[in-house]
Amino acid sequence: MTDAPAPQTFQMDGHDVAFAPGQSIMTAALAAGRYIPHLCFHPEFTAHGSCKVCTVKVNGQPHASCTTPARAGDVIESDTDELTQLRLNLVQFLFTEGNHFCPSCEKSGGWTLQGVAYELGMTTEHFSPLFPDRPVDASHPDVLLDFNRCILCELCIRASAIHDQKHVFALSGRGITKHLIVNAESGRLVDTALALSDKAMTVCPVGVILRKRQGFAVPIGQRPYDRQPISAVATAHPDPEDGHE
Amino acid sequence: MRDSRGVPTFRAVTTLDLAAMLQRHGGDATRLVQILHEVTAALGYVPPATITELAARLGVSRAHVEGVVGFYSFFSAEPQGRFRVRFSDNITDQMAGSHALCQRMLDAFRVELGEVSRDGLVSIARTSCTGLCDQGPALLVNDRAIARLTPQRIGAICSLIRGEVPLAQWPENLFAIHSHVERRDRILAAVMQPGEGLAAAVARGAAATIAELERSGLRGRGGAGYPTGAKWAACAATPGPERYVVCNADEGEPGTFKDRELLAHHAELVIEGMTVAAFAVGAQRGLIYLRAEYPFLVAPLLELLERRRVAGLLGRAVGGVAGFAFDIELHIGAGAYVCGEESALIESLEGKRGIPRNRPPYPVTHGYRQRPTVVNNVETLAAAALVARDGADAVRGQGTPKSAGTKLLSVAGDVARPGIYEYPFGVTVRQVLDDAGAVGSQAVQVGGPSGTLLAAREFGRRIAFEDVPSAGAFMVFDQGRDMVAVVENFARFFAHESCGFCTPCRVGTTLAAQMMTRIATGVGSRRDVKDLARVAGVMKAASHCGLGATAGAPVVAALEKFRPAFDQRLRSLDVVPTFDLDLALAPAREATARDDLAAHLDEEGP
Repeated sequence: MTDAPAPQTFQMDGHDVAFAPGQSIMTAALAAGRYIPHLCFHPEFTAHGSCKVCTVKVNGQPHASCTTPARAGDVIESDTDELTQLRLNLVQFLFTEGNHFCPSCEKSGGWTLQGVAYELGMTTEHFSPLFPDRPVDASHPDVLLDFNRCILCELCIRASAIHDQKHVFALSGRGITKHLIVNAESGRLVDTALALSDKAMTVCPVGVILRKRQGFAVPIGQRPYDRQPISAVATAHPDPEDGHE
Repeated sequence: MRDSRGVPTFRAVTTLDLAAMLQRHGGDATRLVQILHEVTAALGYVPPATITELAARLGVSRAHVEGVVGFYSFFSAEPQGRFRVRFSDNITDQMAGSHALCQRMLDAFRVELGEVSRDGLVSIARTSCTGLCDQGPALLVNDRAIARLTPQRIGAICSLIRGEVPLAQWPENLFAIHSHVERRDRILAAVMQPGEGLAAAVARGAAATIAELERSGLRGRGGAGYPTGAKWAACAATPGPERYVVCNADEGEPGTFKDRELLAHHAELVIEGMTVAAFAVGAQRGLIYLRAEYPFLVAPLLELLERRRVAGLLGRAVGGVAGFAFDIELHIGAGAYVCGEESALIESLEGKRGIPRNRPPYPVTHGYRQRPTVVNNVETLAAAALVARDGADAVRGQGTPKSAGTKLLSVAGDVARPGIYEYPFGVTVRQVLDDAGAVGSQAVQVGGPSGTLLAAREFGRRIAFEDVPSAGAFMVFDQGRDMVAVVENFARFFAHESCGFCTPCRVGTTLAAQMMTRIATGVGSRRDVKDLARVAGVMKAASHCGLGATAGAPVVAALEKFRPAFDQRLRSLDVVPTFDLDLALAPAREATARDDLAAHLDEEGP
């Protein structure tokens, strides 16, 4: 838009941040080069606010910054010890919930959960791991689903439904038993309409959806979050590619 | 039995003509939860092939249907027993001996909890509070509720199941639900002729009715206490081609059963309130979201709706008012506490997983089918009907400045006279205890697990929004009760009922339940106590809805008020390894051919 009115601003950690009508605190902050840690937010999809890692304080009250509309004059706290501790605990919750083995993971250095964990200074998952039993789905000739890493961000669900118009992925169960399912009576990926060209193939922030026969194309040590912290990557390119560039 | 759309509810059928059944539902995917009830009634579960067929016929993805089946406790894609028994697992049931009775039945059928007997005859599980706390222990078998369980009753039920006697032929007295009203005030003593409240509202006019409600100071009785008049005004002010009035009868808060009483014996008042609301905000359709744990209310409610249709109080030109068309349909929940949250309830009404929506926008502007919608608690609607008939001053005259009117309390636990007590707001906890015949109480959980845990020194506090707010539960624990076991029950409840949408609640409730179980079973450590407080803090700060935000509250309150009960249970001050560390090093010692002192762990340290 060329005839946009003068931007309004809110204050975040003592800095003025300009925003356009309709922007959330998250989108405005990222556009202004101010990183707020996040997992389930993706600039191409409507935010739904489930991971809560992007929680900020708006005039003293905690809110998910990706689903809270930016409002002129609001005072936002983001980079504080209290919120960093909260986000760290939330990321530790996710590590506790799934089975995450970074040293042997194909996605190490290129996946968002690990990048955010490093950003928050996580050194241990702290809580007793739940070690869930989540069998992998290797039925598809070209794609492996490793549910052990799923953090239930619903990005693949949103991508498949909205972008690909296929509804390949969905959720079932409730509470801690909530899990990703695929759209087939057999429960197997091979019986769905998933194609390698689908948007859903590219959005996973943890490495559940893996192309077969393409492992370790970029050596560990040279992947995006090996080279610089996720805060720098995310504010330089709002939609960082994973290690497969 | 038929609801307003002519759809049979809870039919007992043995075969299933899916096409005919879906036709009765108008092929409408938003009726999915009701459709799945019918499938479950007919087949005992929802087979994978049926899920596929339902999805194809309704024009939705198969994964969507599978996800809905997987969300609700009362649906299953796995075969269940022909008799599906669910023991109510509220703490009051537990205190009345439900676990031993459940074990008795498990032993009788040689089946494990949560599993199906080999012959497919019976499956036995536990479920969250079924709202019969004044006459527990209670259970559900298929779609019938049985209260006042004793070893004798369990024996009788086992015999009937073993004999494969159809539920319709079980002795009716097994299913009797008693009414225990111990104190009546404005609502429970009210006698209202059908249409009386509506006539008063019509005489006053829609806008003036809302103004009267605002002046009455009536606040939502579901717990949050939002001003009812403001809610109606916001809905009425939102332009839209249609509006809805929803009665939230998903009374899932453990220990609460006052809506059960209202709908069983004062439903006319509740429906009158819905009709007044519809007139005031300009709604054409009403929906009652009734929890599935109250199957005994289905037939009477449908009969009442039909009577009001015949009397011209539902349908076209309601109450003789030209142009005021309004009808009400009954919708049955499926075992999900989170659906008591109004936006999750709306999602469920739309045939989806009951996940609370992001707000704003609120239901008053974007509710059912994204239309302006008023969602009110059962008790709120009954009180609103009285405001319409008697005027604001009658309500204002009772209660406290910030809490006008009366409140129904569901009193249960260690009291001589459990039941419903209606008081003006402002009554002290001690007064309620005295009236209910409680002796030697050490604690009261007001408002259920998500409410407030009070110790004896706080019994002078008052039930009111400005002091101790309550959705209605009032569970009493005497000196003999183990408060750690009480809080563990609450922690397990939240873990079971978390919808799983957001990280803090999904993982936090599970971690809290695990730590509480460790402490309750005597293997907890000081670190567990510390982590409990931390987990509760994360849930409170970051959760998506009230369920997660309050899930840690009973734990935090108990740690503050009943700390000795926890400390006594801790096995040690610090973490105790559950395996022998030194023994674990034996293979390494063998491999290195060492067995000297330095190759052993020394408790004393160097």
